[in-house]
Amino acid sequence: MIGEIGHFGLILALVVAVLQGTLPMIGASKGNVALMRFASSAALVQFLAVSISFIALTIAYVGSDFSIVNVAQNSHSLKPMLYKISGVWGNHEGSLLLWAWILALFGFAVAAFGRNLPDGLKARVLSVQGMIGIGFLLFILFTSNPFERIDPAPFDGRGLNPLLQDPGLAFHPPFLYLGYVGLSITFSFAIAALIEGKVDPAWARWVRPWTLAAWGFLTLGIALGSWWAYYELGWGGWWFWDPVENASFMPWLVSTALLHSAIVVEKRDALKNWTILLAIIAFSLSLLGTFLVRSGVLNSVHAFASDPARGVFILGFLVLVIGGSLILYAVRAPTMKGGGLFAPISREGALILNNLLLSTAAATVLLGTLYPLFLDALSGAKVSVGPPYFNATFLPLIIPLIIALAFGPFLAWKRADLKGVFSRLKLAIVSVCVIVGVSWWVTDDGPILAFVGMGLFAWLVTAVFVELADRIKLFRTSLRQSLKRFLNLPRSAYGMSIAHLGVAMVILGVTASEAWQSERLDVMQPGETVVVGGYDFQFEGAERLEGPNYGILRGSFNVKRNGSLVADLRPEQRVYESPPMETTEAAIWPMLSADLYVVIGEEDGKGGYATRIYHKPFISWIWIGAIVMFIGGGFSLSDRRFRIGAASARKKQTQKTAEAAGA
Amino acid sequence: MKLSFMAPVITFAGIAGVMFYALFYLDPKEIPSELLDKKSPVFALEAVPGYGENLSSENLKEGKITLLNVFASWCVACLAEHPTLMELSRQGKIDIYGLNYKDTPDAAAKWLRRNGSPYARTGMDLKGRVGIDFGVYGVPETFIMGPDGTILDKIIGPITEKDLKNRILPRIDGGEG
Repeated sequence: MIGEIGHFGLILALVVAVLQGTLPMIGASKGNVALMRFASSAALVQFLAVSISFIALTIAYVGSDFSIVNVAQNSHSLKPMLYKISGVWGNHEGSLLLWAWILALFGFAVAAFGRNLPDGLKARVLSVQGMIGIGFLLFILFTSNPFERIDPAPFDGRGLNPLLQDPGLAFHPPFLYLGYVGLSITFSFAIAALIEGKVDPAWARWVRPWTLAAWGFLTLGIALGSWWAYYELGWGGWWFWDPVENASFMPWLVSTALLHSAIVVEKRDALKNWTILLAIIAFSLSLLGTFLVRSGVLNSVHAFASDPARGVFILGFLVLVIGGSLILYAVRAPTMKGGGLFAPISREGALILNNLLLSTAAATVLLGTLYPLFLDALSGAKVSVGPPYFNATFLPLIIPLIIALAFGPFLAWKRADLKGVFSRLKLAIVSVCVIVGVSWWVTDDGPILAFVGMGLFAWLVTAVFVELADRIKLFRTSLRQSLKRFLNLPRSAYGMSIAHLGVAMVILGVTASEAWQSERLDVMQPGETVVVGGYDFQFEGAERLEGPNYGILRGSFNVKRNGSLVADLRPEQRVYESPPMETTEAAIWPMLSADLYVVIGEEDGKGGYATRIYHKPFISWIWIGAIVMFIGGGFSLSDRRFRIGAASARKKQTQKTAEAAGA
Repeated sequence: MKLSFMAPVITFAGIAGVMFYALFYLDPKEIPSELLDKKSPVFALEAVPGYGENLSSENLKEGKITLLNVFASWCVACLAEHPTLMELSRQGKIDIYGLNYKDTPDAAAKWLRRNGSPYARTGMDLKGRVGIDFGVYGVPETFIMGPDGTILDKIIGPITEKDLKNRILPRIDGGEG
């Protein structure tokens, strides 16, 4: 019964999406207010319908209803409750349903919060959302129906891949989808603007918060994914340039660019076409990522071919959405008038440089990701384009980006004085020398790139603080005055500084952990001690235990530094029965200065166990940095100008202070 | 219509075209290496520290059939074929030489320590020069080398059960008999 209700919800949602995708669009072109306003009601009904469907599937999972194929294939009655629920989206069909549900949720959010949007723009935006919804719902209903029945129902389910039974991964897809789907809103705004032939600062003020929110969720989603890889895969690696990771990283790069270019549209009424194009590309990459990854195309072309119906639909949908919007762009964009002029050395110029570097970076990642697919398709060859390619192409783009990032916030709009900026960044140059010197002295060895990384870290951090000090006139006026200025800064100014600091922290974490990690692989007897990274790891022994739905081999390590106990580490190896599989649970002792990372493996038959012990300096800062970036985005999102309606006197005042402050 | 505004849609049309082709004309036929049935390019490479002796083109013409396997520590697909190679080397019927492609000595040694080494000899192709001479598309690839150092066959991607049965084993048994 519950399956039929869910199925019905999907069909209802499809009918509503068709209406939402057509009527308001017609209404907007004919000036029919009733049809335009219909969009909001449709968005609400669509949200309710997809919710019914999503809840129905969740109930089926929670109640282990194995008469539904999807539940039987991906769940198991013995599974802990958390993973029964996360199992809902831990598979192809369910994840698409989650996508469609978030899409409907965001459409509803635009309808509910967009009260001050002009009727025409709002109708068109919601209409485009409706069209995207049609595509997803059709795809789910015809090729990936999660509510299909099986008769007779199996006695128990097959279980969820044990690697996925993990809190980090349980919440990783929802965050990513919030990001992907958030970009659908900016996409819809871009399409609506192209149809209307009008982009103004008010438009940008709408697009920017959605971009910020989507970007924030993507940041968090990617960080969660890499954190999961770090502690679950047991190699201590956290980024593999894997197609699945790249699929989420490309929209992140482009939305980072979009986030910055939307500022120029908002403040200076320039870069409109470019911003629209970025909005289209960001969402296109989200779609490409969602589909390529979910259909298994990137890992194996054969999986793609094995279900031709799915492949044809995917390709048709991508061509329609991406191709259609790019054609619309080609036709309509040339008619848009650009606004303010500016010199190359200016805030606008710096943001254009930022955009060029970020989008080139995204393009190189796209090339590296699709190349194996193309080669596989054309020649049947299976290859990995590995880290050598990505490191060789990505780093040269990111290094200048970080160097320029420090300059950007100092430059004035329209025309800036580079000499003046240099003189203000003297302190940053000094700190670069100090940090590089200190890291040389402490480590006394390491690849050149490591010192470049440390230098970039110092450069960026100092620049952020110098800029902040500049803005509040620290030491140039009384401390009291400075404090007052600090407290009166617009939230977007805090947001920028915080997010940029987050970037610096990530750089620190990546550089230090890559360059100065120590690692030991041993076969250890109980009682034996090894020294890694200045810590003494004593292996006390291992025991076998039973977990809720797996068997455990648990090792016990005693970690000391200079004789005093630091940590008790208990890495595990788990053996699952359904499906049969082994996973490694590394024991990690995270500290701000370094992570201690211990993995236990097989017994060697003589009482010894294979162990891997790592000392990873500063690695936690990668994820701390990502969270700080997310917080920065949140601050910016809560800025007054996004919260207050378009035409209020207070807003103007805010904008003035913001501009005076150089936000 | 200005060309610059058309560029995005043209680029996408190209991508979509290839994907379309992949979808409908997917016939996993392999492009034979340009070098098939020709002599091995000349090279001499140092071994991955601690893993076998150095590898040069001379080693490929010592009168027996050998496998030249292109691998790298960063290559995920290499892990897929690794057990096959380990099994083959355990049987001892054929010498397997490892061409370590665009890797670092450190990473390669770690990878071999972690996963085991099936290689009698290894050679580090740090810059990928030798790989270019061999027409390597990507990693992994495996060349079946004749007793006189000619390239008899080339397997692109991980060695599958089928490749082993149809392409490698007949050569070994044929070579012996």
